[in-house]
Amino acid sequence: MPVKLTVNGEAHELDVAPDMPLLWALRDHLKLTGTKFGCGMALCGACTVHIDGAATRSCITPVAAVAGRSVTTIEGLGGAAGKAVQEAWVSLDVPQCGYCQSGQIMSAAALLAGNPHPSDADIDTAMSGNICRCATYVRIRAAIHQAAGTLPAGAPAAQG
Amino acid sequence: MYFRHLDPARAAPAPAELSRREFLKLTTLAGSGLTLGVLLPGCAPGAHSGAQGSTAQGPLVQTFLRIEPDSTVTVICKHVEAGQGVYTGLPAIVAEELDAAWSQMRVESAPARVPEYGNLAFDPKGSVQGTGGSSAVANSWMQLRQAGATARAMLVAAAARLWSVPAAEIKVSEGVVAHASGRRASFGELAAAAATEPVPPQVSLKDPASFRLIGATAARLPRLDARAKSSGTQQFAIDVMLPDMMTAVVMRPPRFGATVASFDAARARAVDGVVEVVQIPRGVAVVARDMYSAKKGREALVVSWDESAAEKRGTAQLLKEYHALARGSEALKVSEAGDAQGQLRHAAHRIEAQFEFPYLAHAPMEPLTAVCRLSPDGAEIWAGCQFQTFDQMAAARQLGLKPEQVIIHTLAAGGTFGRRANPESDYISEVTSIVKATGGKYPVRLIWTREDDITGGKYRPLNVHHVSCGIGRDGAVIYSQRVVGQSILGGTAFAAMLKDGIDPSAVEGNAPEQYDFEHTHVSWSNPKVGVPVLWWRSVGHTHMAFSKEVMVDELAQAAGQDPVAFRLAHLTKHPRHAAVLRLAAAKAGWDQPFAGGKGRGRGVAVHESFGSVVAQIAEVTVSGDTISVDRVVCAVDCGTAVTPDVVRAQMQGGIGYGLSAALHGRITLTDGHVDQTNFHQYQVLRLNEMPKVIEVHILPSDNAPSGVGEPGTPPIAPAVANAVRAASGVRLRTLPFDLAAARREHA
Repeated sequence: MPVKLTVNGEAHELDVAPDMPLLWALRDHLKLTGTKFGCGMALCGACTVHIDGAATRSCITPVAAVAGRSVTTIEGLGGAAGKAVQEAWVSLDVPQCGYCQSGQIMSAAALLAGNPHPSDADIDTAMSGNICRCATYVRIRAAIHQAAGTLPAGAPAAQG
Repeated sequence: MYFRHLDPARAAPAPAELSRREFLKLTTLAGSGLTLGVLLPGCAPGAHSGAQGSTAQGPLVQTFLRIEPDSTVTVICKHVEAGQGVYTGLPAIVAEELDAAWSQMRVESAPARVPEYGNLAFDPKGSVQGTGGSSAVANSWMQLRQAGATARAMLVAAAARLWSVPAAEIKVSEGVVAHASGRRASFGELAAAAATEPVPPQVSLKDPASFRLIGATAARLPRLDARAKSSGTQQFAIDVMLPDMMTAVVMRPPRFGATVASFDAARARAVDGVVEVVQIPRGVAVVARDMYSAKKGREALVVSWDESAAEKRGTAQLLKEYHALARGSEALKVSEAGDAQGQLRHAAHRIEAQFEFPYLAHAPMEPLTAVCRLSPDGAEIWAGCQFQTFDQMAAARQLGLKPEQVIIHTLAAGGTFGRRANPESDYISEVTSIVKATGGKYPVRLIWTREDDITGGKYRPLNVHHVSCGIGRDGAVIYSQRVVGQSILGGTAFAAMLKDGIDPSAVEGNAPEQYDFEHTHVSWSNPKVGVPVLWWRSVGHTHMAFSKEVMVDELAQAAGQDPVAFRLAHLTKHPRHAAVLRLAAAKAGWDQPFAGGKGRGRGVAVHESFGSVVAQIAEVTVSGDTISVDRVVCAVDCGTAVTPDVVRAQMQGGIGYGLSAALHGRITLTDGHVDQTNFHQYQVLRLNEMPKVIEVHILPSDNAPSGVGEPGTPPIAPAVANAVRAASGVRLRTLPFDLAAARREHA
């Protein structure tokens, strides 16, 4: 039976095995390749997407588990927090090889959407599940602080 | 990676010998639209002055750059962008000589073609295209300065002709060509006319004093790939989608050196989505319509292996044998000066130490991936190729084609750290052999899983060092070292680099090379082990810098001297080392007492690799058995810093990569089986462990650029070990660091 899900605001029906990880459904069947494969065991964060706004590892999430739910990938990232994060990433030249950055950005955007002005400890907690082998971690931390500085104080930022 | 003198004879068929006719044919095959000029290997780029550029709207096209009518300047990059910043560094060199505005610069990947895109650091004839040895900027420096200056001269000549003014009166700035009379033109407006100008046989290059885009104090040039890499639009090999493409995974031997005896694919073929199961030289491939089906098919595959020739030893056994070799007499002498053995017997202070360094996987975030499709004229490959020439030859061998019939689309690589450059082109050979075994019916995308990557070999070699060192009664330093570790270059196309049987990459950066010590002896044993090894970011320096800098620190202590002062006293013949060490010490406030408090300490290390010298001072906190690195002050002399912010990024990243190995990295084997499979077992540095403060100070220099991709890595582990010893008294001599074990051992 096809799985119905909403990705980046668009409704889809996918005729795939229900236990197929969302990651491979997105990449191989919806051709949304911005979400990356890194480990397949939720150890590296490269596959991070938002499911109903929450940062989620798509590599261990069966596609059937998101039936009827709203998935946002890097291609559909919007909202104040998402945009602020992406602009900060560019302005500080965060990426090196860039492969992990979709996942880093999705984790950072989810962090800022819920906590617009995170402390270093908050950043450690939210971002230590995302591995960057180029180790551009100093700039990831700086970019999150910079993005936070562009968001209005107080209320959590809306998220796309 | 370590390359100095590659023997192209071993890389036969020598692509350097392609005739000009073959170049033109290849150009047609590539369909790149570029018109190539006549090229002498390793010389200045030729420019095209033919029909294509003579139309009013045409571009100015050269081997390394193209100026379009819309004024964009596209630099053709012969190196893979794997994060090291070459897609920014090479355009910066061109923009500088061309006097372009940074905003008009673009970059694209060069086709796989030698000699014009060969790496001149590997071989001055340009017979091998590849990226490694931190050489991309260094080997492109003069080539791209000449390319930019040549294009600039042709733009100026065209303007002079069109405006009837002397060329000498024309100025170029920020992408605008101008004359005092008020005439102005953009590059795009002049491109077509410039393309009809004769190529000047000689051009003068800028005086470094007049550089405005590059150099240690230049403003940051934004990375040309930052936006694509911040929006999920950067295309990696794993993102290539071709019509009718199938996805393959490979079941490889459980032990290195085993081969397929037989296999039963019945259950695998029954998995929904699996299309074919085929044997290839390196294992058995499961081909399916998507990655999930391919993986499920592989789980259902049953393979019997012939393990008669497999490596069955484990790490514990290997270490025992390595230590025996370290004590034994079977070794090759690397270098000798003075009388180390004799002087050690009468030394005032003497230190004996044993070091152990594990196998290390590179673990780039994008696992090895390649796509291959047959075409009427040959084959096409999409991959983050680091060694295009070897990959092209390997594919050609597999597919029964000539190398020039294999078109390689070099895509951005999701990290490599050396892994994608291997002389046998392992993953490229796999994808082409799958295409061959499936008759070329469809394009094939091969994906390695993380488990394939971690267990797949090609590791930084396991190493054991035994060091005997001391200080003589006359104050002379005595240093004797035995290195035991597998050769990386032996038995490969790089074997000609072995000198008197010694693999230079096994012992590079040893103490006698880097300090003016009086009595030295270095020897090397090359154990025969069936675990495949490869260069890993900074290669031999990864272990050689560690034992050297830890021992020097202990020698300083034995001599009752400050670690920086002791080093400076023995670096009189190494002024660049001394300069970066002084710079790092000054910036870290080394002359001030360290206001650390309990459990805190600082340590220093300095090391030269790939033509650059880096000093690092690490400040750590030791709490129980946990090491936190709080701050690192880094000073680097890399010659001309072409894009200083990329240099800073590479120092930051190199420190993180080295720290990952110091704190976590370890591949072990039990009975020949690799014990680690994924990031839960092969742990790597995460954001919470990265030093919050990393200061990078670049020594201003007018020298030609030298490496930055690797030199930031070697000093960090010894700097941290020295800091831990200052903080806790514990000597760390086994990697990765295990404070509890070290305390027991040295109690």
